[in-house]
Amino acid sequence: MNAISIDVKNVTVAYHGKVALHSASLQLKAGTICGLVGMNGAGKSTLFKAIMGFVKPVTGQILINGLSIHQIQKKCLVAYVPQSEEVDWDFPVSVYDVVMMGRYGYMNLLRIPRSPDKQAVRESLERVEMWQMRDRQIGELSGGQKKRTFFARALAQQGMVLLLDEPFAGVDIKTEKMMINLLIALRQAGHTILISTHDLASITTFCDQVVLINRSILAYGDTSEVFTEENLARTFGGSVGDFASAKNRFTPVNQEDQSWT
Amino acid sequence: MDLVQWFAAPLQHEFMVKAILVSALVGLVCSALSCFMTLKGWALMGDAVSHAVMPGVVIAYILNIPLAVGAFVFGVGSVIAIGFIKSKTRVKEDTVIGLVFTGFFALGLVLVSKVKSSIDLTHILFGNVLGISDSDIMQTIIISVITLVTLAILRKDLILFCFDSTHARSIGINIVFLYYVLLSLLSLTAVAGLQTVGIILVVAMLVTPGATAYLLSDRFDHMILIAMASGVFSSVMGTYISYHIDGSTGGCIVVLQTLLFVIAMIFAPKHGLLVRSRKQLSDSV
Repeated sequence: MNAISIDVKNVTVAYHGKVALHSASLQLKAGTICGLVGMNGAGKSTLFKAIMGFVKPVTGQILINGLSIHQIQKKCLVAYVPQSEEVDWDFPVSVYDVVMMGRYGYMNLLRIPRSPDKQAVRESLERVEMWQMRDRQIGELSGGQKKRTFFARALAQQGMVLLLDEPFAGVDIKTEKMMINLLIALRQAGHTILISTHDLASITTFCDQVVLINRSILAYGDTSEVFTEENLARTFGGSVGDFASAKNRFTPVNQEDQSWT
Repeated sequence: MDLVQWFAAPLQHEFMVKAILVSALVGLVCSALSCFMTLKGWALMGDAVSHAVMPGVVIAYILNIPLAVGAFVFGVGSVIAIGFIKSKTRVKEDTVIGLVFTGFFALGLVLVSKVKSSIDLTHILFGNVLGISDSDIMQTIIISVITLVTLAILRKDLILFCFDSTHARSIGINIVFLYYVLLSLLSLTAVAGLQTVGIILVVAMLVTPGATAYLLSDRFDHMILIAMASGVFSSVMGTYISYHIDGSTGGCIVVLQTLLFVIAMIFAPKHGLLVRSRKQLSDSV
């Protein structure tokens, strides 16, 4: 259970000659929940893209469970839960259709679901309490239900690594609690979870580890050690007071997507 | 005039039978593709590609090779040119699209006017389904079969590509391949549509039925069936009407398609204007 799951070795990513992420190194063990904290444009999504194999690093290498990006994709190892703003909610698909998309990597060319696929979709929808809603068009859902649908897709994909982009933005308390419980269950099952977020308060409640990022990785390690005022100030560049109070807010009350820019 | 007579009389002419069948087929194929175009937000791209195929069509005429080949080269070429200019300059994408397709189209016009051939410009611009040749019919059938079979096989991957290309990529689906598949089908169907409604209106065949169906359905499978039904209906009825009023066939087909869209926009059971305004009223009460 303690094998290295995500291994980022000295990775530099540049777009059109501009460096977005500078020599990042990071090792996460299987069975951890890790919060990825940084401002907008600090390189959080770049790191996600690199882990999913969407951008080719200028230097360095990323291995997941010891496998290269190509093998990772073929085996559907990394599941991604997108931000709500990235989704076209008017698209004519049902909740069930979306979750089934998590299984495409396991299907033949025609993507005809077999019984293990149907079973995985049903179980995933039941775990997020969305089975009753399966025939709804995705635009008819509440914010929390929308998030749970995409979370169910990641569950159905059964990847060992989960990437979540701002999972708690605009969701209700019930959904947030349910998702945190599911994440903890996944951690116990040996999954590695990386959560990109602005919401510092929720991080302290359930993340084992934290990565602080600002163009490069400033610090990472156990939450209690890394989550210091000094480190946060370096991450966000100033106005320490805000972060001190955020750090002490152990119960997530504020559901707003806080922007620190 | 008797209704049976209205439908039966044109069928006494062989050219009308051919025209109706070809229009129906083109309507079917373009409508199927139009669902992907509207969902992917490629309407402008459809407009660009359908115009950009023009020089390819003319050159293919001159070289006496299938029109589809020439159209394919220039259709895909125009999109590559758009991508290249967009990535290498600071000019915004919609500007680049407008610039490239008009450039290609203008080149086509020059070629038609300067090269001695039997090409009739008005046939390219406005279509000539009433005088379609047997070889053009064959070509339309081949294009239709290729398009429908490809869409049938790749349907689910293409839906995922339109809906969430990030997820598609993350599970190892080759989205560059899907992009070029969709683009190639667009170039091919532009040629098929060109025969019936002409280069100027072909974008309507590739957009309107999809947009109509989008208002009427919340499931992709229903959407594509509704789009195909509305596309075939407009093509067949448009051809009939053009015969009886002795008007432009392409014009009649596209006017009908647009009418169907307007009807859907107003009366659609869930996304129609009437339902929406009634909802707003009841919400505000």
